[in-house]
Amino acid sequence: MSTANKERLIQIILAVVAFSSLLFLGLITLFLFMEGLPVFRHVGIGAFFTGTDWYPSADPPEFQILPLIVGSLAVTLVASLIAVPLGVLTAAWMTEVAPPLLRRILKPVIELLAALPSVVVGFFGMIVVAPILQNVFDADIGLNLFNAGVMLAFMSVPTICSISEDALYGVPQSLREASLALGATRWETTAGVVIPAAFSGIGTACMLGMSRSIGETMVVLMVAGGAGIIPEWIFDPVRPMPAAIAAEIAEASFRGAHYHALFAIGMVLFLFTLAFNCVAQAISMKKN
Amino acid sequence: MFRIIAAFLWGMLICAPAYAAPQEIMINGSTTVLPVIQKVGEAFMNANPEIVLAISGGGSGNGLKALGEGLCQVAMSSRGIKESERTDAAARGIKPYRITIAMDALVPVVHPDNPVNKLSVEQLREIYAGKISNWKDLGGNDERIVIISRDSSSGTFETWEEIIMNKGRVTPRALLQTSCGAVVQAVSKNENAIGYIGFGYLNDSLKAVDVNGVHASAETALDGSWPISRELYLFTDGEPEGGLKKLVDFILDPLKGQKYVQEIGYIPLKK
Repeated sequence: MSTANKERLIQIILAVVAFSSLLFLGLITLFLFMEGLPVFRHVGIGAFFTGTDWYPSADPPEFQILPLIVGSLAVTLVASLIAVPLGVLTAAWMTEVAPPLLRRILKPVIELLAALPSVVVGFFGMIVVAPILQNVFDADIGLNLFNAGVMLAFMSVPTICSISEDALYGVPQSLREASLALGATRWETTAGVVIPAAFSGIGTACMLGMSRSIGETMVVLMVAGGAGIIPEWIFDPVRPMPAAIAAEIAEASFRGAHYHALFAIGMVLFLFTLAFNCVAQAISMKKN
Repeated sequence: MFRIIAAFLWGMLICAPAYAAPQEIMINGSTTVLPVIQKVGEAFMNANPEIVLAISGGGSGNGLKALGEGLCQVAMSSRGIKESERTDAAARGIKPYRITIAMDALVPVVHPDNPVNKLSVEQLREIYAGKISNWKDLGGNDERIVIISRDSSSGTFETWEEIIMNKGRVTPRALLQTSCGAVVQAVSKNENAIGYIGFGYLNDSLKAVDVNGVHASAETALDGSWPISRELYLFTDGEPEGGLKKLVDFILDPLKGQKYVQEIGYIPLKK
């Protein structure tokens, strides 16, 4: 085989591989919508998104998912409020302050945190964090929005920290030197020059971290409490979308109304993570 | 030559039963019934080596669905079959047939430090409907009641809904747990919680509440005075025959299967 032909063959193989993942994504999306959309034969679109009664196995059943959507957004918000400052500040410390040796040790350790199985994190939340919330913070129940938020923050810190660190590390040394030469302190340089210069990377990191939180299933199934209500304060139990799907899909009769409703929740969840990823993409494109 | 072959084939035909692969019976369904069938199943397979049981849990709904789709021969269930499940099965020519194998009693439980010892069915209904929300209305401390329930797709939940709720709805504020073990865990760690579990799950970390003045015990459950009890079922496609009939007879035998029903913590059928 001539070199040119071999080259072409390799190109074709790579193109097929690249497009196959696109194809799979397309097929899965198609399947999700085909199984999810029929729920609107049983419930109006308005009621589905804005109603607050989720009674899937009552007779007649009610499929109204506002409490589930709010539950998902609430745990993601709490997780982000904790994970974003923690992740970004850790990254800033690692690139700007820590001696290179410490950074080389710390970075893989933080990334290892991402390898912790989510069921282990959930178990920790159930057995260790829940009793603390009840006894120390006097919450009615330790399995709640706050507990789930903290556990999810745990899981999204590695993503946020690692990607932010890469972005901060990529800021040209000349920028720091120029800032220091103009008389700025190290803190002023970090806060006023380095972080803004790495803003797009940090923004992407935060969005990807949030997208991880909203889609995470095991942790919210175990520690969020599972009550289908709109939370009024931080120690209320919630039932985020992934938890509802995981808890109920086994009992939903095949292609029944409940089954379609759960796929429709999957559809909504998919649109949320898609939105987060698009925003992340947009932020990283803007800078380039 | 032909004669030899014919004789050989004839011989194979006669010997066939001896060489036949063991009959496999697939059993799927309620995790409440599962421990009974596992225990009885071991004894049954020892007594009948020609039959192999493949037992898996997954919930009453799952088991009945699998039976209706022809994926298993026996469904375990802690509730009766729904009309929709019967029509789904009928569409594939399967006629679910119900066999009662044991009784289970549900017990409302609270933390051992909770001063409330007795409740009526009406009070339980109002608690779970969200109408009574403070323990002081029930003679307890001035604390908010934390309501713990099983997931709405479980057989245990459906039984509770049927006996206690009387067509009313469980408040959405209730915490839904995915197993009786998780309910035990949550109630034993929370002084203001109330939950309900199967009789077999009672232990020292919880306090059983008297209902309508009846104390929860094996005796009251057996004599039928305990108000919250339910039957546990197996479902087969039509009346059981052959190996299936052997299995069902074994389970219903007071000296064999029913003995294990008692061992597991459920209530054997009265004979």
